[in-house]
Amino acid sequence: MEDSILEMKSITKEFPGVKALDEVTFSVARGEIHCLVGENGAGKSTLMKVLSGVHPFGSYSGDIFIDGVVQQFNGIRDSEKAGIAIIYQELALIPELSVYENIFLGNEIHNGLVIDTNKTIQEAAEILKKVGLDVSPEVKVKTLGVGKQQLIEIAKALKKEVKILILDEPTAALNETDSDNLMELIKGLKQHGVTSILISHKLREVLSIADTITVLRDGKTICTLDNREHLVTDSVLIKHMVGRSIDNVFPRREKIEPGEEVLRLENWCAFSPALGRDILKDINISVRAGEIVGIAGLMGSGRTELAKSIFGNPDRFRVSGTLWVKGEEQKFRSPGDAIHSQLAYVTEDRKGNGLILIDDVRHNITLANLKEIATRGIINENEEIVIASNYKQSLNIKTPSIEQKVRNLSGGNQQKVSLGKWLFVKPGVMILDEPTRGIDVGAKYEIYTIMNSLVEKGMSIIMISSELPEILGMSDRVYVMSAGKIKGELSADEFSQEKIMAMAVDY
Amino acid sequence: MSENPKILEERAPSFLSEVIGLLKSNISQYFMFIALIVIMIFFTITTDGIFISSRNISNLINQMGYIAVLAVGMTLVIVIRHIDLSVGYLAGFLGAFAAIAMTAWGLPVYAVIPMVLILGIASGLLTSTPIAKLGVPAFVSTMAAGLIFRGALLLVTMGTGTIIIKDKVFNAIGNGFIPDIPDFGFLDNNHKVTLLLGALGIILFILSAIKGRKTKLSYNFKVPSMPIFILELVLIAAIIGYVSWVLSGYNGLSWSLVVVLLVVAVFTFITTKTPLGRHIYAVGGNPEAAELSGISVSKITFIVFGAMGMLASLSGILYASRLQSATTTAGLGFETDAIAAAFVGGVSAAGGVGTIPGSIVGALVMMSLTSGMNLMGIDISIQYIVRGAVLVGAVIVDRATRKGK
Ligand SMILES: Nc1ncnc2c1ncn2[C@@H]1O[C@H](COP(=O)(O)OP(=O)(O)OP(=O)(O)O)[C@@H](O)[C@H]1O
Ligand SMILES: [Mg+2]
Repeated sequence: MEDSILEMKSITKEFPGVKALDEVTFSVARGEIHCLVGENGAGKSTLMKVLSGVHPFGSYSGDIFIDGVVQQFNGIRDSEKAGIAIIYQELALIPELSVYENIFLGNEIHNGLVIDTNKTIQEAAEILKKVGLDVSPEVKVKTLGVGKQQLIEIAKALKKEVKILILDEPTAALNETDSDNLMELIKGLKQHGVTSILISHKLREVLSIADTITVLRDGKTICTLDNREHLVTDSVLIKHMVGRSIDNVFPRREKIEPGEEVLRLENWCAFSPALGRDILKDINISVRAGEIVGIAGLMGSGRTELAKSIFGNPDRFRVSGTLWVKGEEQKFRSPGDAIHSQLAYVTEDRKGNGLILIDDVRHNITLANLKEIATRGIINENEEIVIASNYKQSLNIKTPSIEQKVRNLSGGNQQKVSLGKWLFVKPGVMILDEPTRGIDVGAKYEIYTIMNSLVEKGMSIIMISSELPEILGMSDRVYVMSAGKIKGELSADEFSQEKIMAMAVDY
Repeated sequence: MSENPKILEERAPSFLSEVIGLLKSNISQYFMFIALIVIMIFFTITTDGIFISSRNISNLINQMGYIAVLAVGMTLVIVIRHIDLSVGYLAGFLGAFAAIAMTAWGLPVYAVIPMVLILGIASGLLTSTPIAKLGVPAFVSTMAAGLIFRGALLLVTMGTGTIIIKDKVFNAIGNGFIPDIPDFGFLDNNHKVTLLLGALGIILFILSAIKGRKTKLSYNFKVPSMPIFILELVLIAAIIGYVSWVLSGYNGLSWSLVVVLLVVAVFTFITTKTPLGRHIYAVGGNPEAAELSGISVSKITFIVFGAMGMLASLSGILYASRLQSATTTAGLGFETDAIAAAFVGGVSAAGGVGTIPGSIVGALVMMSLTSGMNLMGIDISIQYIVRGAVLVGAVIVDRATRKGK
């Protein structure tokens, strides 16, 4: 056996009703990049939370060895002392604070009682250089894009003595350029002797960077693959992950002639009072029944703003232009109005504004359409249970029961709850914002299949996505956005990765 | 001992283990209720049974009416992540307003009560306008409103000082009891209508529970086993029966308890059974997600504060009626008691969590403490300290049991 820096032996972790980890064995060699893959709910995040002390010693069974020494972490502080740094699925930066304040949050450099600002800024600048980030340490974090924020998270981790760096889906919210930068950085850290554990659903990225890949399924270790020669293929990986092979990542759909126009925007502009600038400029798009229309573009190109401005404008942008839904001009004053006209919007940020995390699966699914299950103003809970159970089954939501709090579901299953919620409003046009972010291959396939069956029934889908393969694989037509404008429209027989990228970076 | 563990597992869970399982999974729900019973037993022992006497229980319940209705409203306000510091003075002011309307203007009580309730709603809506429309923190907006209502109370009572209320109907709300049928030689020492209503309550409860269980079964849903179901029925029936029996031993059901029961029933129904209730909890749980689900957060804010205002005016009516007068200090500190009751009853300041029955249990806990300590002759200074300690202790335990899940 080679020199292993970390060994986790027979780790079992149970939550009420779920065995999240079942005798998992996980071993990481010194200085390697080790990828952890598996379906949603397989237990990846949980395993890392056990390792970093979020789930403290005693709440699981099994042993953790670091450098051959058994460890008992009672909290994240303990694991930090042992040289472990973890970057979570969700960013944990404080937007109102500056870059350097964020980097040193909780570990302020001080002179007696006072913070030594100059020294902090100087050290922050050095760490930023290490992660290859060219920003002033004094700017506020909220002014930076997600890609840069992700690098700051890493900078924050690196200021301490880090032996093992854990990244839980760091690229889920990043565009391709930012992801590539991040991968380069991880490779660079490897040269400096840092061992990295990377969780990702982006298999291409996993295959290109991993030295070793461990696959988890249903809380069990399925296998550990040696990828130093880059010989593992995605079909092998997928087969281990989902337990069957998926030949085509994008399921086939019967080509049908699109129907009538169901949604149209003319000269649509939006001004954000909060930002003090125009965020959408002169947008003209049209969507027909039975179509999947992709909206491609870089992060920050205004795609989510476009979706929200259509969907009742909850952020109160100042909007001008005209919106037609099914041939009628509409002026929605709230998302409620939009839902009334059979629009649905599955948000990109399911935790922030998609779901009520402290509530259960059942209540979340019915929330946007309670009138459907209410007779004479009283909610029929039995009917509600039936409906929620049906969505649980048809969308294959992995949860011990529909009474489970959504907070306790894995990321991918939360996304399915979100999808179920909006399917229940029986929409005519559904806007999906990053529908497969953080979702495993198997579930992606399921979601694509659902999308296909919906458009076959005559529904229209507007799909915002940063994943070019997804845009290419699923859309009938694509609009490319850049800097709040539509840069072009491409049909299925003319689009390609290159053409889209060229438009997306054209400011 | 040597039984095969596998076979053990396959058996249906025993009665006891099912009970324990139910208790465990609902511990944070039952905890305060159990604590209430413990507190009552404690005071019964330390006061040689005076605490549990019909007379004392009846007094305790009638005294808590004006706080209980406030606690109901405050629960909703805290559920949607706000707070209302104005309700004490609003209650005081509207109580005085009612007194003036009856004594100085000579308006009939049947006109005054609806008028005051509508004024309460209007005040709540006004107070919440800056909150719902401009995002002013509720803390500030309601504190300001509280100052204004306090000023208004002083203003209207300036000439007169305490206003004595002579209207019999009005005063009966806080002091009267429902009528009884004449004695006929059976149970003459008890209030027979109260017992009858208690029995009626038990029958209605059992019928609705059986109906609910049948519907669930018709959907093929899992229901608790028969013994557990019966245990639950018996327990709740016993509680209703016992309370009516105790009350019937001393004048019977008071009008103020009737008011509280009605308020609790209506608000529990709204929060648990209607879309509006769901919307309130959704706004508390995640306002942005609620807004994107087609729920107007500002509309819900108005509704909740409007309801709070109405309940504050009801509280003012109950209080003025109980004292048979309006005083310059009426309402002082009511909001603190209501907030305490809600937190003891398990609401969370983070929003989206908290039930009406929970807050009523919270109000009962706080009232029992006051009443019990009064009976024991404990000095008021110590009483404040104990109540403070219980408040923070209850919230700590509540957080711990929730986390434990
Ligand atoms: N705090 C919790 N309480 C109850 N169940 C939990 C909790 N945390 C995780 N689980 C459950 O444990 C299982 C594993 O979850 P985990 O978050 O580790 O999955 P994952 O592999 O990271 O998935 P994803 O790719 O979707 O992020 C899931 O079934 C999840 O519902
Ligand atoms: Mg995860």
